[in-house]
Amino acid sequence: MPISLQVNGERVEANVLPRVNLADFLREHLKLTGTHVGCEHGVCGACTVRVNGEIVRSCLMLAVQTNGTSVETIEGISDSGEIADLQAAFRDRNALQCGFCTPGMLMAAQDLLQQKREPGRDEIREHLSGNYCRCTGYQAIIDAVESTARARMGRTP
Amino acid sequence: MTSVRVNPDALSVLDRPNSYIGKTVPRPNLERLLQGRGLYVSDIELPRMAHVVFLRSPHAHAKIVGIDAAQARAMPGVIAIVTGQELAAVITPWVGVLSHLKGLKSAPQSAIAIDRVCWQGEAVAAIVATSRAAAEDAAEHVAVEYEELEAVTDMRTALDPATSVIHASLGDNLAFERVHVAGEVDQAFADSDEVVETEFIFGRHTGVTLEPRSVVADWNAAEARLTIYQGTQAPHMVQNIVALHLGLREAQVRVVCKDVGGSFGIKVHIYADEMATYALSKLLRRPIKFVADRVESFNTDIHARDHRCRGKIGVKRDGTITAFEIDDLTGIGPYSMYPRTSAIEANQVVNLVGGPYTSKNYRARARVVFQNKNVMCQYRAVGHPIACSVTEGLVDLAAMKIGMDPLEIRRRNLIADDAYPCGSPSGLRFEKLSHHASLAKLVKMMDYDALRAEQAALRKKGIHRGIGIASFIEVTNPSAAFYGVGGAKISSQDGVAVRLDAQGSVICATSITEQGQGSESLTAQIVGSVLGVSTDRVRVILGDTDMTPYGGGTWASRGAGIGGEAALQATKILRKNILDVAAVILQSTPDELDIANNAVVNASDGAPRIELNELARVVYFRPDTLPPGIQPELMATKHFVPREYPFAFTNGVQASWLEVDTETGFIRLLKHWVVEDCGTIINPQLVDEQIRGGVVQGLGAALFERCIYDERGQLTNANMADYLVPMSGEMPDIDVGHVVSPTLESELGAKGAGEAGTAGAAAAVSNAVNDALQPFGVTITEIPLTPQVVLTALGRV
Repeated sequence: MPISLQVNGERVEANVLPRVNLADFLREHLKLTGTHVGCEHGVCGACTVRVNGEIVRSCLMLAVQTNGTSVETIEGISDSGEIADLQAAFRDRNALQCGFCTPGMLMAAQDLLQQKREPGRDEIREHLSGNYCRCTGYQAIIDAVESTARARMGRTP
Repeated sequence: MTSVRVNPDALSVLDRPNSYIGKTVPRPNLERLLQGRGLYVSDIELPRMAHVVFLRSPHAHAKIVGIDAAQARAMPGVIAIVTGQELAAVITPWVGVLSHLKGLKSAPQSAIAIDRVCWQGEAVAAIVATSRAAAEDAAEHVAVEYEELEAVTDMRTALDPATSVIHASLGDNLAFERVHVAGEVDQAFADSDEVVETEFIFGRHTGVTLEPRSVVADWNAAEARLTIYQGTQAPHMVQNIVALHLGLREAQVRVVCKDVGGSFGIKVHIYADEMATYALSKLLRRPIKFVADRVESFNTDIHARDHRCRGKIGVKRDGTITAFEIDDLTGIGPYSMYPRTSAIEANQVVNLVGGPYTSKNYRARARVVFQNKNVMCQYRAVGHPIACSVTEGLVDLAAMKIGMDPLEIRRRNLIADDAYPCGSPSGLRFEKLSHHASLAKLVKMMDYDALRAEQAALRKKGIHRGIGIASFIEVTNPSAAFYGVGGAKISSQDGVAVRLDAQGSVICATSITEQGQGSESLTAQIVGSVLGVSTDRVRVILGDTDMTPYGGGTWASRGAGIGGEAALQATKILRKNILDVAAVILQSTPDELDIANNAVVNASDGAPRIELNELARVVYFRPDTLPPGIQPELMATKHFVPREYPFAFTNGVQASWLEVDTETGFIRLLKHWVVEDCGTIINPQLVDEQIRGGVVQGLGAALFERCIYDERGQLTNANMADYLVPMSGEMPDIDVGHVVSPTLESELGAKGAGEAGTAGAAAAVSNAVNDALQPFGVTITEIPLTPQVVLTALGRV
């Protein structure tokens, strides 16, 4: 089926089989391998991307459903600088080890920070509860998100 | 001003000015992972690459009567469908035994099952196609006729005469048995005021690496070389095994390990489906990619633990522990895993029980039995969580019996901090541990007395909180005693090659590997510190058997302690070589010179003499300006393996503070503390995050994680919705403290830190739950501590 969409601000025209999910479309057709596939049943959160500004599990969405939408992946929001401060906080706090969950984790964390200017630790833990990290034990991630929220508050009074 | 030193070597190489040792430095590889620009195996694509999907047995034990792939072969995109018999033309079977584990036996295992399947999930055919989807479509049309056989699933009855024997050639289902007796155990129990005995049950669980196991194998028939891209902890081990079973020389096999999406011991083994992928590439003369899906991961990634251990402790009224006794039983699936074997965990349990304590009387038996379930093998903190939970559970039960505080009984029995070097009743040798200092620090960090007061106050309101303490010892920096002496070609030494490049930066190739622990970072920190260059000038190369020195890799908490020391020693030589040539250029002597801030400086006053990039320019491009006979050597290689002690033991203690809802059975973790002693700390942040991550894996085992098999050997929760792992909402903050007792086996003094968290976390939680439930007069010695287990113990279901 033909689809037409924006991916990271670029127009993409493609022909896809109806059964191809968005994660596979991004990885295999567009070679955007920053979106990771961990469970293929919507539980682990590694494949989290943004579609029209909302975070979704790209393994649970069909590529054809994105026709006419704007899709943003980790590559896009890295290059735009949108989450540069969040990425720096993750780096400084060592909030990633193997890095496989990290793109999805950053997507989910940025989503929270857009919704809520200064979430508490419990709120951060709750919001990230759909993103599985086997390496860190989460505390460093919570710390990094918390410090980013504080820094952003400082910038925008 | 700068310090004045007569002889630069008089100061430790680690204490030099601008040393990075003991400092938190961000890891150099993080940016690419943060931007989604890493390269995991699942990201790799090669020209002519085909995809393999394995058709797997739905039965735990069955005879393969026939395989009809005719219809599937005609499906679109299908390149080949290969059975075990067909694949046997290019790969030989293996047997997972080691000679130092006396009596360990196993049966030959094939890459793809031939004639018989022995667990649900064993591959029976490989479907190779142009895409994974096409291969999956075709797999549905391969017809396999099975004749079901009796499945041996319950390890408690695996040795009964009435139970069928899985491998007739072995005679019975006993893979391994070890008995160990030290001291006068019966006399000690007879002399005890109290003897407590109970059974500890540990659920079978698994690693759940977020990136599933993945392999791209590329046989180049023209070069007669096989290049393997795999997220492995031990590239040279893979190289050796592949060469052995595909009939190649090691020089014909290159193993490349780029980014690895979680490992934890899951990716230190070689699995049958990986062997099949290597062989398929050779058979079909093209690159083959295998990426396990999540269901396959649950059914075929090694499982771990699954022990039933009877434990007994004797204690005097004054708190003196008189003896420990255990009888451990574990089921490992149908084969001992290759090449590390599946007897190591039980062997570790025997080694480690009672390890922190002074009692010299110890009797242990461990039996390892075959069963028709997925294979079991080494996973993070091998054997330690079992040994720690049994030991610390028994110590708490003994304390409860004589009415002594859990801290007090430990103070009275932990090996004294000034008693080292010393040994354990199981034959372990301890160079230097710090149980008492660690416990004292923990008590302070957690404010033990205040917590006890809070607990008592809340109890009156019907809120049941508990405190659990668990001391532990941990095996790190293993020498050849682990695998090499048993005949496995798994290197215990590691090597590092460092060279100064033509612009005065350093390229460092190490045989340890990176799976997120920070191997790259710690290597750069050591090289930078010893040489006197900034870490941004140090590029670390790892994970490539063509490019790095030969070595073991990263497992068993060995990367920093062994690979780090090799880096230190190699860099010392490079430093000397640089100073030799600098002395020639500067018409000085090496003793008068030092390297600091990327330049050769005066040792006396630190004044810069020549930048390293200028020195490199002279050496590489204008050697004609050097005196005759001077041949600078700006590359150095050193290897290291501990020789004095088989293992560098570390120690530590953990505490859990939690609340049990006695109505629902839910446990809420409120806080967790760890004090551990890994010797020299290279990067405090990386050590702390290893501890925290390890703790959370242990908490998963304590509360959630369990592979649930039915009586027919069917895994019933092989997905991430039904197999529960720790998520951020349920996890507590974890405070980490340190005591530092460097090992004298190396100049670096570092021991391992990667597994300490996992070793003691479940024990601390179990003890805290039993502490919380004291008013109810029940104790639970089973994990995971699910609501059902808790409510059952409370008699509420």
